[in-house]
Order: sequence, then structure tokens, then C-alpha cells
Amino acid sequence: MTYELDPNPKFAQYKHPEALVSTEWLTANLGKPGLVVIECDEDILLFETGHIPGAVKLDWHTELNHPITRDYLNGEDMAALLSAKGISRDDTLVIYGDKSNWWATYAFWVIKLFGHTDVRILDGGRAKWIDEGRELTTDSTNRSTTDYPVIARDDKNIRAFKEDVFAHFGKPLIDVRSPEEFSGERTHMPNYPDEGALRGGHIPTAASVPWSRAVEEDQTFKSIEDLTDVYINKAGIGAASDVIAYCRIGERSSHTWFVLKYLLGIEKVRNYDGSWTEWGSAVRVPIVKGSEPGVVPVGF
Amino acid sequence: MVEYTEAAAEIVEAFNEVPASSKLELLLEYANALPALPERYADHPELLERVEECQSPVYLFVEVKNGKANIFLTAPAEAPTTRGFASILQIALDGQSIGTITSFSDQFIQDLKLSELVSPLRIRGMHGMLSRIKRQVQEKSL
Repeated sequence: MTYELDPNPKFAQYKHPEALVSTEWLTANLGKPGLVVIECDEDILLFETGHIPGAVKLDWHTELNHPITRDYLNGEDMAALLSAKGISRDDTLVIYGDKSNWWATYAFWVIKLFGHTDVRILDGGRAKWIDEGRELTTDSTNRSTTDYPVIARDDKNIRAFKEDVFAHFGKPLIDVRSPEEFSGERTHMPNYPDEGALRGGHIPTAASVPWSRAVEEDQTFKSIEDLTDVYINKAGIGAASDVIAYCRIGERSSHTWFVLKYLLGIEKVRNYDGSWTEWGSAVRVPIVKGSEPGVVPVGF
Repeated sequence: MVEYTEAAAEIVEAFNEVPASSKLELLLEYANALPALPERYADHPELLERVEECQSPVYLFVEVKNGKANIFLTAPAEAPTTRGFASILQIALDGQSIGTITSFSDQFIQDLKLSELVSPLRIRGMHGMLSRIKRQVQEKSL
């Protein structure tokens, strides 16, 4: 840890209080050396309409994905990206964004694939910062380039592939999409266009916990009691120490991944980023329709 | 070569002329230029059609008079990309004849070359707006 923790008592309840900061903490620490604020939004123009002073923009669509293969950047590309943004390996990164930090946690997950140590989420995200009337600017941020080292991406610990999901059957699997996507009534989010899964339904045995159940109306994370009730009790994770979360393309499930791993402190949590667009289109993989989780498939 | 309205051709030219790094700024300029709904629609949301293909709440209404169409679109401030798309279509098609709009090529959206900037979901949202504008123009010109 390179930076002081936010002493906010709410965060102390969580297993990893070091993964969150409050708007108050950020206001007090803004501009200090070794602290880089990153905005990552679903709407890629929001940053330009006004952002936290000194924040750098990270574009989930154009910057984090490999330009050709359906994959993330490799170590060289990530080093070049973070160097260009003026980020050093030992910097404390505070990430925030729109939509309850949905994309912020996605960026957090991708950066963690490269093992950056001190990464934190701004609790409440962009909306809370704005609702509290805190400062925004449209001034562009110019940070001197750095020399971020080339770190091999680690796909083993926090990322799951289709084969890993097969090997995981029998352990908790969390489907964070909407109930309609879970049951198979639709293959995409309500009000979002269809993005091409060929079958509707869910992965056998998955519990349905829409990602937004982890957040309050003001977009901050729920208390540890509420999160325990939602995930450990109701979704049946119980004492399990190995969980996989998925959604449609791995974004919404990054949010749940963050909650399970950093707030609830489950030892091994992986995000299956292939998610439904892969599972629901792959040939001869088992699918369950309807609102029940279904049973462990046999013969696969 | 696809024929566009003059306004549409200017927009395509603008997006193709600016360097990649300035395309977002250009889109933001369009977003900021989206006019507010006239009072007769602002106070009557039930008259507006929701563009279901867009993840943000986007609504539109088309008025057809003397063979020409006026197009009204609205999108929230916290969805500037969507506002930008709405504004581009409004500028490209507002005041044009029924025939011009119904035969307006969807190729326009590809020719803006925005797919490098924004996700396919967004681009489909823009197609949703365009197809709904065309459908309303057709229905209201019968």
C-alpha cells in the first residue's frame, strides 16, 4: 500500500477496506503525488462534459480490448497505455464512473489482470460526486508520460474461460444479468439492443443475482450485512471459497466480482468475460431455461 | 456513392476530415447542439415514441406538413453520446421531403466511421433512431 487508507467506518466493515475511497477522502487527497484518478464511463463522451479535476480518461471500448482478437490487451500494450496516461506501477489508482461504477469496476478488473497493487473504487462514483456538488472541470489533463513496466497478464486467478466454467460445476455460479435474460425470455438487457447470443437462458446451476442488488439508490455499495444477505445467504454462496460470476460480455459481472472479492472477501472469485455471448452461442453446451437454476449437467 | 442530403454530406465530411483524436470533440459539439423540445412536446411525453434500441431514454416525434418532415428528438444530459447521435440525425433530416427521408440510406451511419470510437451497441441505437424516424414519416404521410 502506497497511500493512506480512507478511515471511513463504512469501509472498515468490508474485508478489503483499502479497495474503496469516499468522495470526502478523494476531495482531501486530490492532486497529491502518487495518486491518479481515472474515469471510466459507459458513455464515452461523459468525461468530456466535465470530470474530476486532474482525472485521466480510460475508454473501456477502445483502450482495454485487443483490437483484433476477442481478448484484453497484452502486457506490452497495457504498459504502453498506462505509460501514455502517466501512470506508474506504484501509483495509487482511484477509479470512478457512471452507472454505479459499472465500468469503473470493469477497468479495475482489467487493471488487476496485470497485478497493479493499489487500485481503489470511488464509492458512489460519478453520480455521487456530482450530486454532492463537488468540483468538475472540462480542462484536459496532461500528465507526463511514465515507464510502466511490461507485466504478463494473469488469466488464472480472477478470469475464467468457458472450460473453467465446465470444471467449476458444483460450485457457486452467479448470473448477474436481468431476470428476463436469466430465464431466456431475452438474450440482452431490457432497453438494450440485441447483441447476438443465439440461445436464451443461463448456465446450469447459476443463481440469479442482478448486479444492481449490490448498490444503494445513491450508487454507493450496500452495507456488509445487506451484501451478506444477498450473496452469501440468498444466492447460496454460503461458506464456498470459489465463485464464478458472468453476465453478457463480462462488464456487469466485474461489478459483482468486485463485491464478492473485495467487499465480502471470498477467496477465489473469477469473472467469466466470455459470458452469455459466448455460452449462449457455443455449440453443444448445456443451457437451462426458466427461472430455476437447474442441475449440474451430465455427459459434458 | 450514396446520395445524402446536403446537411448529411457535410456531417460525413466533418467526421472524415478531423483527426481521430478530435472525433469525440466533434460528437460532443453535436450533442450540445441538440435543440430542446418545443413546448408542445416537452409537456406531452405521451406523444413521443421511445427508441427502444437505445439504452438511454431517447424519445422522438416527427411532424409531416406539406410533404416535408420536422424531426424532434430528446436524450438526457448524462448520455452525451446518445445526444450526439440524435443531434446528427436531426440536422441531417430535419425539414427534408418525405421521399428524401424514406429513401435516406442507412449507409450514412457507417460513413460517419464512428465504430472505432463507440461500441456496436451504440451504433445500433443510432440505427434504431433512424429506422423509427423513417417509419413515422411513412405513417404520417399516408
